[in-house]
Amino acid sequence: MLLKTLTEANGVSGNEKKIREIILNEIQGYCDDITVDSIGNVIAFKKGKENNNKKVMLSAHMDEVGLIVTGITDSGFIKFEPVGGIDARILISKKVVIGDKNISGAIGIKAVHLQEPEERKNAVKVKNMYIDIGAKNKEDAEKRVSLGDYIAFDSPYVEFGNNMVKAKALDDRVGCVILIELLKENYVYDFYACFTVQEEVGLRGAKVAAYTVQPDIALVIEGTTCSDVPGAEEYQYATKIGEGPAVSIMDRASYSNKELAMMLYEVGKKNNIKVQFKQTTFGGNDAGVIHLTGIGVPTAAISVPCRYIHSPVSVMKLDDYHGCMQIVKLFLKELEHAEIRKWEVIK
Amino acid sequence: MELLRKLTQAFGPSGNEEIVRGVIIDEIKDYVDEIKVDPLGNLITRKKGSGKKLMFAAHMDEIGLLVTYIDKEGFLRFSNIGGVSPYYSLYKKVIFKNGVIGVVGYHEKLESMKDLKFDKMYIDIGAPNREEAEKLIHIGDVACFFGEFNVHMNKVTSKALDDRLGCYMLIEVIKSITNHTNDLYFVFTVQEELGLRGARTSAFSVEPDYAVAIDVTDTGDTPEAKPMALKLGKGPAIKVKDSSIITHSFVRNLMIETAKENSIPYQLEVLERGGTDSGAIHLTKGGIPSGVLSIPTRYIHSPAEMADLDDVKHGIELLKLIAEKAL
Repeated sequence: MLLKTLTEANGVSGNEKKIREIILNEIQGYCDDITVDSIGNVIAFKKGKENNNKKVMLSAHMDEVGLIVTGITDSGFIKFEPVGGIDARILISKKVVIGDKNISGAIGIKAVHLQEPEERKNAVKVKNMYIDIGAKNKEDAEKRVSLGDYIAFDSPYVEFGNNMVKAKALDDRVGCVILIELLKENYVYDFYACFTVQEEVGLRGAKVAAYTVQPDIALVIEGTTCSDVPGAEEYQYATKIGEGPAVSIMDRASYSNKELAMMLYEVGKKNNIKVQFKQTTFGGNDAGVIHLTGIGVPTAAISVPCRYIHSPVSVMKLDDYHGCMQIVKLFLKELEHAEIRKWEVIK
Repeated sequence: MELLRKLTQAFGPSGNEEIVRGVIIDEIKDYVDEIKVDPLGNLITRKKGSGKKLMFAAHMDEIGLLVTYIDKEGFLRFSNIGGVSPYYSLYKKVIFKNGVIGVVGYHEKLESMKDLKFDKMYIDIGAPNREEAEKLIHIGDVACFFGEFNVHMNKVTSKALDDRLGCYMLIEVIKSITNHTNDLYFVFTVQEELGLRGARTSAFSVEPDYAVAIDVTDTGDTPEAKPMALKLGKGPAIKVKDSSIITHSFVRNLMIETAKENSIPYQLEVLERGGTDSGAIHLTKGGIPSGVLSIPTRYIHSPAEMADLDDVKHGIELLKLIAEKAL
């Protein structure tokens, strides 16, 4: 299953090679042109019918949050820093793999009885954690791990409970899978599927991909935060699991094009597919840079709700993922007839 | 003053500038050669000329609140659009596009006002429950401050002087220009309060030789104010720097020299925090020499911003002279 393959492959921001290879392999034969640009984005192009006058860009990012090796102690423990937004408190006792050779390790801290009373009261900082790869000493560790090696969570894809999935990197491999499926359809307009890099470190890949494509309309497909859990009030949920994909209204990086956002929502409602609006405005995604490209691009975003996002155990419901796929397919169909204004000339 | 009243009272939180845009189009349509609206909603108007391309920019949007959730009792939870202060919002009236008025309240159990965050606040539209509230308001609807327009002691107070004052000044300049050789673009931008977004894309399409943004700026002339060398009524401010731009010496000096030659009072502005559309414009494409003319304004981002009408008048005079000066 592609979602399993893609979430179990490692692609921390800046190191998306493996994800890119899987995607390139999957989309061969479905595109008129495939480009890997200088920063590592995959730009897959399907030519529309002749005389079409629209360029539609969809984007999903290939990278995931993770860690990077910053040092090796004399006794052979690995020091690290986060890549992308990670809550340090979730790191302790997690299994990780390091570098291209997938060296196994576990994130540790000194035992609780050795901690000062002050230390016990506060959340452990990343600088006090280390990864234990079972090395004898520094020299031994250096044979397996180098400075700058990327570190990914070691967390297999598991289906459990009521049609739920636990995996790492659902953000945004779920978007990648949807994009791959969409490439198998045909469109009347020029269709660009962009698998972007380095979203988690500042929407970097999308910025240059959008510059290359210069789309007329863009849609971002994401995994987004979901906090419908004990301790949160309903108004703080952001999204609810099982209530369908979430259409963004506004976040820190963009204010969605209202026509496109409403189209996505209405497509769901009309076709009895569950859909929700994202109810918080934190965070941002590739839409933030895409919509400001060139003269400006009408852009919207739709996301699969993921609990415990940016952790090794993000959780989503398969129904939301299927719903997202269906809604985007219907939306793209509707887009064939939609008049999304670029320029309005009044005088 | 009727136009300024109309502009400030128009509803236009960032991303929802259509009403303001309509007001401006009505005012200027007989005075410009071209009017276009771009993909993000920027209003780009032009008075053709054979000379250098000069872009003036003022933003149409104002800060606001965005409804994110409606609870069973009919209270609306919200998030901020732009730099809204929880303290400024408390117990203030807000108004939605459809005219519904609400009051911003907070969790009264809060231990300290220092903990006042939007997460602990709500909008009360007087609805008895969710069903009644949803007849009027939906998730994603936006509100702006309800802040009346008054003129007293030659000072104007209203919501959204930031930056309807700029829009007003550009409209007056458009109407008053008699002869010009510059190719003049008057751009009314969107989403400035969310990060100078409209300015960036409109500057990309206009590609001017020079640009001037018109916006409001802070003052230091109130009791125990943070130090800042700007006062109401001492003239419009020619910006030297803020956190988004160090203004280009050519544009800055053009403004200073023109003010001096014509005995127009002005102040120089150094703003420690904050930015304007010029911040985005001057970094567009290969770089665009840009400056800013600011109107000193007290209580910015509150429902009762205050500015001096002489500063506004002198600002219009200065902008007109710059627009008409062959560059």
